[in-house]
Amino acid sequence: MADLQLKSIEKNYGSTRIIKGVDIDIKDGEFVVFVGPSGCGKSTLLRMIAGLEDISGGELTIDGKVVNDLQPKDRGIAMVFQSYAIFPHMTVRENVGFGLTVSGVPKDEKVQRVNEAAQILQMEHLLDRRPSQLSGGQRQRVAIGRAIVRNPKVFLFDEPLSNLDAALRMDMRMEISKLHKKLDATMIYVTHDQVEAMTLADKIVVLKDGEVQQIGSPMELFHKPANRFVAGFLGSPSMNFVKVKVVAHDNDSITVSSDVIDEVVLPRHDRDVAVGDTIELGIRPQYLEPHHGELKGSMHGRVSLSERLGTETVLDITLADGNKVIASISEDKVFEVDEEISLCFDIEKVHIF
Amino acid sequence: MKKNSILTRHNTTGWLFASPGFGLMLLFIVIPFILAIAFSLTNQRLMSPNAAEFVGLENYTNMLDVGILVVDPEIDASGNILVDKNGDNKYPRLRKFTRNNPDYPNVQGMKEWFSFSWGEQKVAIMASDLVFMKALVNTLTFVAFVAPIQGALALILALLINQPLRGIQIFRSIYFMPVVVSIVVVSLLWRFIYDGQNGLLNSVLNTLTFGHFKAVDWLGNQDTALGSIMAMSIWQAVGFHMIIWLSGLQTISPTLYEAAKIEGASPWQTFRYVTWPGLRNTAVLVVIVITMQAFSLFAQIDVMTSGGPLDSTQTIVYQAVERGYGKQDISGGSAMSVVLFLLVLSISLLQRYLTREKN
Repeated sequence: MADLQLKSIEKNYGSTRIIKGVDIDIKDGEFVVFVGPSGCGKSTLLRMIAGLEDISGGELTIDGKVVNDLQPKDRGIAMVFQSYAIFPHMTVRENVGFGLTVSGVPKDEKVQRVNEAAQILQMEHLLDRRPSQLSGGQRQRVAIGRAIVRNPKVFLFDEPLSNLDAALRMDMRMEISKLHKKLDATMIYVTHDQVEAMTLADKIVVLKDGEVQQIGSPMELFHKPANRFVAGFLGSPSMNFVKVKVVAHDNDSITVSSDVIDEVVLPRHDRDVAVGDTIELGIRPQYLEPHHGELKGSMHGRVSLSERLGTETVLDITLADGNKVIASISEDKVFEVDEEISLCFDIEKVHIF
Repeated sequence: MKKNSILTRHNTTGWLFASPGFGLMLLFIVIPFILAIAFSLTNQRLMSPNAAEFVGLENYTNMLDVGILVVDPEIDASGNILVDKNGDNKYPRLRKFTRNNPDYPNVQGMKEWFSFSWGEQKVAIMASDLVFMKALVNTLTFVAFVAPIQGALALILALLINQPLRGIQIFRSIYFMPVVVSIVVVSLLWRFIYDGQNGLLNSVLNTLTFGHFKAVDWLGNQDTALGSIMAMSIWQAVGFHMIIWLSGLQTISPTLYEAAKIEGASPWQTFRYVTWPGLRNTAVLVVIVITMQAFSLFAQIDVMTSGGPLDSTQTIVYQAVERGYGKQDISGGSAMSVVLFLLVLSISLLQRYLTREKN
């Protein structure tokens, strides 16, 4: 187990900058998730930690030791790949014990450690099978077993659940979470799936275009997103953004309005604004409360699509200016398509960008 | 919906389209194959006024018959063994036994293939068709050396050019070039290289050893002729097998290599645990293809040595052609090619069996 620090880590391919100076501090035993859209550099960053990609600039420290130029095997890491990367011609036992085989661990010890790992992952009955006889979930378990057996300082997961179907993904997600608690190990996990990020992480790192957007606990990121990107990226359905004009402001509040929102007074969050500025309000779909008729709320629109999921109703609403917002109600409510509605929202839950 | 046209509805159409290829295959592969088997059971000659007769397996027995002759040393009047100048026992000439000797019908008309001493006696292995036996041994030797060396060399080249280096395609083309050039042209070129007087090989070796190397007539010498042809044949076709290996290498997922790297495997361990098992099917293919190609060794012999010197480079295919067309003994040549077919078939089946998936 170990701490891990990234100090202004950079990756360039020729003149193309992929990772633009990333600083992350990971504590011993922490579960850190790198999340971001495709091409944001999260996988590259993980591969740089693993030693599969060279580090162009900055310093990577594991357990107090700079490991920039060390081979993967000398960094004390283990990695689980999206495609499992288990060796097709070896049995599960040989696959799990591969790291021990190549490092020449005595046979008795190897047998014992492989059995321990198999026990942790509850796959003792699979040990003599071949990968071709395993399901996707079982294969991923083997890949995780291969990582566990070597007692690494840091576990690296590269989108490990992306190749699994939805139901299995949820099971494995819980298993990984349990595994983290059981092993109390430092884990770094890359995903583009925000649900995985929210449920697994102690700390989430949101990346975009090779830069860190925000680092924090899942709830910090959810409730206090540092910028519009983080706000839009986390949460499902994603946050609504509505452009408004500043009508007036004082020390504690800002008054805004637009063609689609009646004048509303919001608490001021340390923001420099001037009268006449255009700012964006961010409101999560769950915090929009639709009402039949035009009268009750401060925002007005027309229902263009209503999705009833039983426990949840998702409305696609076209505002008067043609922009769309989404409202999500946690109960089954009937709204007709083309119905004129108004929307209420809690001013405390509005983000200003 | 539009009705299918008459062309796509009838099965006959398919056969019609297949017929040109089918016909050619029939004409040049199936019929000759059947004819060869049929001819090998007759005394058919290439051009002869006499009608062919069915002779059963006579062609095969003539070709494959071997006998053992145990000869006592010559003794003088007092019972002592006579010795020659070198102090070796003296034996009677073998033709005493093989020519019209009613006491030894089993070696009638045979010639000495090879012999060895057994106590005081000499054991001679006799063959009725000595040239074929030599051709058989040469062919098997050729296969035994060329198949493993060419396969291994091709794999090494494939591993080398599978590196992600700039300009590696140039090497790929260079290694593949000899495959594209006609084997006859290559053989002619190598005849110059191997030349005993002023061949390239001799002069290079001479330069490298500062004049200490004595020129060898590579193709004119019984001891070096077959080896020289092997070396040249390996060089010529190695690029082809390299490409097959390369295609096998490229089917191995790069993540497996990354996983091996993370687990701390050395280059050799990576090869042993990742590359080689991943090449299994390719290896079976390469081994079988090389073996079959090696067995059909002909052009090099025809161009470079014509089977000489002293039959040291005779091969089965060369003999089959030589006998069938050179000597017009088409039945003998056919019998030889049938034997070759059975030999290659059984070896291929054996290879398939040995490399089968064990699960």
